[in-house]
Amino acid sequence: MGLLSLAIWTPIAFGIVLLALGRDDQAKTVRWVALIGALVSLLVTLPLYGQFDSHSAAMQFVENAPWIERFNINYHLGLDGISFWFVLLTAFINVIVVIASWESITSRVNQYMGAFLILSGLMIGVFCALDGMLFYVFFEATLIPMYLIIGIWGGPNKIYAAFKFFLYTLMGSLLMLIALVYLYTQSGGSFDLATWYALPLSSTAQTYIFFAFLAAFAVKVPMWPVHTWLPDVHVEAPTGGSAVLAAIMLKLGAYGFLRFSLPIAPDASHEWSGLMIGLSLIAVVYVGLVAMVQKDMKKLVAYSSVAHMGFVTLGFFIFSDLGVSGGIVQMIAHGFVSAAMFLSIGVLYDRVHSREIAAYGGVVNTMPKFAAFALLFSMANCGLPGTAGFVGEWMVILGAVKFNFWIGFAAASALIFGAAYTLWMFKRVYLGPVGNHHVKDLLDINPREFLVMALLAASVLYMGIYPKPFTDVMDASVTQLLKHVALSKLPN
Amino acid sequence: MMIDNISWITAYPEMLLFGMACVIALFDLGVKTPLRGATYTLTLLTLAVVAFLEAMYASGGATYYGFGNMVVSDAMGNWLKCFAAVATMITLVYGRPYAGDRGMLRGGELFTLTLFSLLGMFVMISGNNFLVIYLGLELLTLSSYALVALRRDHVAATEAAIKYFVLGAMASGFLLYGMSMLYGATGSLDITSVFKAIVSGHVDHQVLIFGLVFIVCGLAFKLGVVPFHMWIPDVYQGAPTAITLMIGGAPKLAAFGMTMRLLVEGMLPLAIDWQQMLMVLSIGSLLLGNLAAIMQTNVKRMLAYSTISQMGFVLLGLIAGVINGSSLDFSTNAYSSSMFYVITYVLTTLASFGVLLLLSREGFESEEISDLAGLNQRSPLYAGIMAVSMFSLAGIPPLAGFYAKLSVLQALMVSGDPVYLYLAIFAVMMSLIGAFYYLRVVKVMYFDDPITATHVVAGADVRVVLCLNGLLIVALGLMPGGLMALCAQSIRQMLGT
Repeated sequence: MGLLSLAIWTPIAFGIVLLALGRDDQAKTVRWVALIGALVSLLVTLPLYGQFDSHSAAMQFVENAPWIERFNINYHLGLDGISFWFVLLTAFINVIVVIASWESITSRVNQYMGAFLILSGLMIGVFCALDGMLFYVFFEATLIPMYLIIGIWGGPNKIYAAFKFFLYTLMGSLLMLIALVYLYTQSGGSFDLATWYALPLSSTAQTYIFFAFLAAFAVKVPMWPVHTWLPDVHVEAPTGGSAVLAAIMLKLGAYGFLRFSLPIAPDASHEWSGLMIGLSLIAVVYVGLVAMVQKDMKKLVAYSSVAHMGFVTLGFFIFSDLGVSGGIVQMIAHGFVSAAMFLSIGVLYDRVHSREIAAYGGVVNTMPKFAAFALLFSMANCGLPGTAGFVGEWMVILGAVKFNFWIGFAAASALIFGAAYTLWMFKRVYLGPVGNHHVKDLLDINPREFLVMALLAASVLYMGIYPKPFTDVMDASVTQLLKHVALSKLPN
Repeated sequence: MMIDNISWITAYPEMLLFGMACVIALFDLGVKTPLRGATYTLTLLTLAVVAFLEAMYASGGATYYGFGNMVVSDAMGNWLKCFAAVATMITLVYGRPYAGDRGMLRGGELFTLTLFSLLGMFVMISGNNFLVIYLGLELLTLSSYALVALRRDHVAATEAAIKYFVLGAMASGFLLYGMSMLYGATGSLDITSVFKAIVSGHVDHQVLIFGLVFIVCGLAFKLGVVPFHMWIPDVYQGAPTAITLMIGGAPKLAAFGMTMRLLVEGMLPLAIDWQQMLMVLSIGSLLLGNLAAIMQTNVKRMLAYSTISQMGFVLLGLIAGVINGSSLDFSTNAYSSSMFYVITYVLTTLASFGVLLLLSREGFESEEISDLAGLNQRSPLYAGIMAVSMFSLAGIPPLAGFYAKLSVLQALMVSGDPVYLYLAIFAVMMSLIGAFYYLRVVKVMYFDDPITATHVVAGADVRVVLCLNGLLIVALGLMPGGLMALCAQSIRQMLGT
């Protein structure tokens, strides 16, 4: 079994064991098994870091075996610089989520932990798949555990949120399925991505394919105007669900652009890049403004996620080294920062059971340690230099200014909004005099929570201060991708 | 008629089934236990032997014609018969405790009638002659009418039986009328001769089309597609749940087999005509089945409408068979996708009804969707099995139902015809609507709180079979290649001869 297979199937196997054997009266054992499972799953991804050759743009750790021979579908896995960090990020966030949900989940613990472990395996599968249908199977299968996580452990309006999440994303994915089958027929019966990259396609075909993929990926990212499911879902999802959703699941969509839309339909991507840049800028500027007026902390962070993902798509569609690398770096950074933001809200929610900004005030007085972490994460969320949030945004803005000054200008102005809504929320929740007796009774974070916060804080700072390991890995692959995208695929 | 050794060999399983049905009817007279354990065991044993025999024949792979071309034994038919026998076995396992609780096991008719209905399916599938197919169909449906009415003192069941009988008789009439037209036009009831006559071109096209319309109507009744679907929701809801499964499970395989024999083997040269008819039927089924299912509160009725929409998908595979002078590969691809679809559909239906039957045992009928509330808290295992079947029916990977939809879509789009591309887009949008009501069942089981805290109890046989059934849906989702290849191989063989 190859390393990638191991990375995918280890968490899934642990998850199945938990589902099958766990009972509610053994919640303690279940939690430990889940933690061990998550740690083992993280450990098996670490050799990838040691063995990855960052000078090569080729797929590495390739596994290729026939899966469904009738349709020529292969179990084809591989990793390049674009997908590399997401495998590690997913396994890492999974550990964080298991620790963070240690006490807050008390009912059906085995199903909760099992769902997260299986989900993490499936998402790693999405990042590793090099066969169109294998990608689709992993991509869609993630819906099932997430639907259950939101619906079982969510807030008061969880059912609406679960359905909205499932049906919204399914709609986009089904159009992508049509595009995948279309490519299968056009390429003479192959679901292999490399074959599709080389396949000449007419301008109309590329346009249809581009928009079919856009339907799936734009919903997942989510881009304006199909972002409306995200705030609803984030508000209702349990803390762990929100963290995984924001940190990893949104990246599945953005990753899809790099793996499918750009290289398979390069001409259409260029043709419609204006539209994509426009939508991204609206997400950055307008959704940033929307975030400012939110009264609910989770909703605010959800809108801020949309705005940050706008930077990602903006970076992709200016077709420059800086833009694409910056977009990917921003994805990784946002993975750390958004998970940290949602877990911070979770810490408060576990104690006060409210997400309203107005229900807090002066938390710093009673929870000084926690407030320090929250300040760091807030700074990272507005892109302060020295934190993870800065690197990606700065690269994208630089790329955008080179591409067109005014686009860069608009994107840069969004940094101000980002700072405004994040810091304003921080001020209202943490600073000032103690707001009410709930806040007065707050206990500071316990060692378990401290561990979660510290791990995330370390990642955020490390990535902010020394981003070289992150950018180095992707250079060769991004260069090759852009080279490929620059070539027209129109048939002569 | 010449009856040679081969004739006898092709009919061994049917003869065994017939003989054992008679033996079991007599044997049962001596059985006194309330759940008729001995009869049940003997029936299952018979079915297992029959299924094994069919599998042996099917894997042998040869095609034989017996009894002067009246019946045919080929891989497609044998596999369908094998799966039908297995499906009937599973139905009996799930249905026996339910039937016992409702006084349907006072006599052993349930077992005898079931065996006869299976015999009917076998004859339908292996008939190579219009009349033989018709006889098989009548044997199946007459046994089914009696099965629906088996609960004599139950008003809804009796009403369903009468409805089923009247509409079923009409459908049989349509079919017979169509067959007589074709006989008039071609001068033969033998499917192979009819095919040759049509190919020769010396037949009055108008009479042929006229007969074809009636045959398609009859088939549409049996498959339960719009606008001939009216009986499905009423009969599904009214019949005792065990019998609903008996009607909604294995007979779908037989109906598919019959459709292949009549339309593909008999009238492939008329494909351009019947494909258009099926297209209308399938669009209607997808639309109405999915939209109507949303509004149902009764699980059985909802599953009935879901069946209608799923059959619409099966027809989509059939209409993709012959397009612009296509090759053998092309038709194989299309028809085998339909066959794969039907088989996975039956498998999932069995699991979902299995759970429903399990829940309705404690003296009450589990019929409303709300009866499933909080099942996950009462029994995570059965809730999991139900959830797997629902996600599979909705076509979410990695479950068997997804690959069924994928192969049908693929068959449509390989043609390259824009009309078929639009059909594929229409079909996926309809399955998006479908996802809503399947998800609702999952929602009720997982997100709602249970109304009762009663434990779900199941006999060992039910438990084991239900678990295997659920596992099989997942396993087919992870490794669908084998069954796909099997379908493709048997369809290719059928088309090749």
